[in-house]
Amino acid sequence: MDMVNIALPKGRLGEKVYNLLKSAGYPCPAIEAESRKLVFENPEAGVRYFWVKPSDVAIYVERGAADVGVAGKDILLEYGPDVYELADLGLGRCRMCVAAKKDFRDRRDRTLRVATKFPHIAGRYYAGQGRDIDIIQLNGSIEIAPILGLSDVIVDIVETGKTLLENDLEPRETIVPISARLIANKVSYKFKHRQISALCGRVQEQASPRLP
Amino acid sequence: MSEISILRRDERAGYQLRELYRRHGYTLYRMSKFEEYDLYVRNKSFLVSEHILTFTDTDGRLMALKPDVTLSIVKNSPDAPGATQKVCYNETVYRTSPAAAGYREIMQAGLECIGDLDAYTAGEVLALADESLALISGDHLLDISHMGVAAGLLEGIPEEIAHTLLEELGRKNAAAIRDICARRGLPRETADRLETLALLYGPPEEVLPRLAGLVQGQTAEAAVRELEDLCGLMAAMGRASHLRLDFSIVNDMRYYSGLIFRGYLPGLASGVLSGGRYDNLLHRMGRRGGAMGFAVYLDQLERLETEEPSYDVDTLLLYGPEDSPSTVAERAAAILAQGRSVRAERHIPQGVRFRTTERVSEGGEL
Repeated sequence: MDMVNIALPKGRLGEKVYNLLKSAGYPCPAIEAESRKLVFENPEAGVRYFWVKPSDVAIYVERGAADVGVAGKDILLEYGPDVYELADLGLGRCRMCVAAKKDFRDRRDRTLRVATKFPHIAGRYYAGQGRDIDIIQLNGSIEIAPILGLSDVIVDIVETGKTLLENDLEPRETIVPISARLIANKVSYKFKHRQISALCGRVQEQASPRLP
Repeated sequence: MSEISILRRDERAGYQLRELYRRHGYTLYRMSKFEEYDLYVRNKSFLVSEHILTFTDTDGRLMALKPDVTLSIVKNSPDAPGATQKVCYNETVYRTSPAAAGYREIMQAGLECIGDLDAYTAGEVLALADESLALISGDHLLDISHMGVAAGLLEGIPEEIAHTLLEELGRKNAAAIRDICARRGLPRETADRLETLALLYGPPEEVLPRLAGLVQGQTAEAAVRELEDLCGLMAAMGRASHLRLDFSIVNDMRYYSGLIFRGYLPGLASGVLSGGRYDNLLHRMGRRGGAMGFAVYLDQLERLETEEPSYDVDTLLLYGPEDSPSTVAERAAAILAQGRSVRAERHIPQGVRFRTTERVSEGGEL
């Protein structure tokens, strides 16, 4: 039987996702033993796991190096990969927000400067309001941009809002809720249809109590 | 060494497909690499990507490097009611692909059938699509869908919402479909039907019976009947074993009117064949009748796994300053006469692999 290749996002979310897959009947003892290996197999369960950078999961899946993977909705919205989005796992819940300094007054008579890691999401959001903005693409520490006057607002992921609060910032508008999604390569879905739809079904059963 | 074996997989497939289409009476259609930009501007949404390479011709007209073959064929084919034109092509197109940055040169082979189309013609085109895939790889899948099924379910829903729902249908994103329907106050039943439709996948004999209970309304019912007839015809032609129904294949309704299909090969991450019925494009160009065709993306085939030859040249023939040019030529000719390939050099070249090495001075194999 063909193995299903699964790309997991490195980090805390990836570990939660692995536990979910494990409880759905896809354990892989090798992955739980600490090691520097990158690829882990469990032939009995028919799965092969590997860790990749969270923002790269969609690329591995889109190009078929992984049959399925778990990626945040933020990544899917930003890059728009050509993949199937099979399930909302209800993990890693947060929201994409516009945040600004507490004393910031939004004036429509000038171009809004927006710092973000997500230029497409931010661009689409403001285009939907017919608003001309100046997008400043950053790769990290977005919160510092409004503090130093680099931008007026930021568009970023907000989980608890604690980081914002500590930096005297506050979320102003929610653009879209975010959570982890099970995605599949379109061709793998067809050639490994039985395995992938079974995996999807079992994962959804495990995930459903978490969904609202 | 036979002529066939020196061709790359994509080149060989190009010739094999052309021969297949010729045997079925499709005539080869050659066209220029350029076309007036205007043709594409008027039909931008028909194109796979909206980016077009343009340049200004010597007479000041804005020209484009062809991003698509179908539009040119439709534009240049005569509008003759009652007649059918069957043409095939092997052309290069220039477009961007969503997964890669910049323009790509893409080799396409395919066919178009334009004019008075009937049930047989549709079956013939689909059977040729299946045979094209079979020529390249024994294991393949041909997924078919019908725009009428989704269109029937979306009837009466405002266009903007219908468009979003179609997009999510294309992603098999049942959760998003449920969510959009709930937020927009659409009936629960519509959401249920669309969700089921998104996740339906399988061979016709499994999916068609489930479809009958799912659709309602004239458009969708007619679409299902057409699919049933077509699948029956494919079975009669012995070409149904790789057929799958998948309603997440959707396309722009302004151009595509009925059947759409995609072909896949194992090991290739995206589809290698794409086709469908595009009567609406014809109507938009002020023409009557129907049109159906498909294209095979030959450039994808280089990613198929093939056996790597273990050497590049049979024999490396080494010679030195003491060997006269005529002796080297004589020795090389002798090796060639034995049916071996030969490369004559004074030093062992880097990065080229040889099966055997010979020295002219020694007159034999080392």
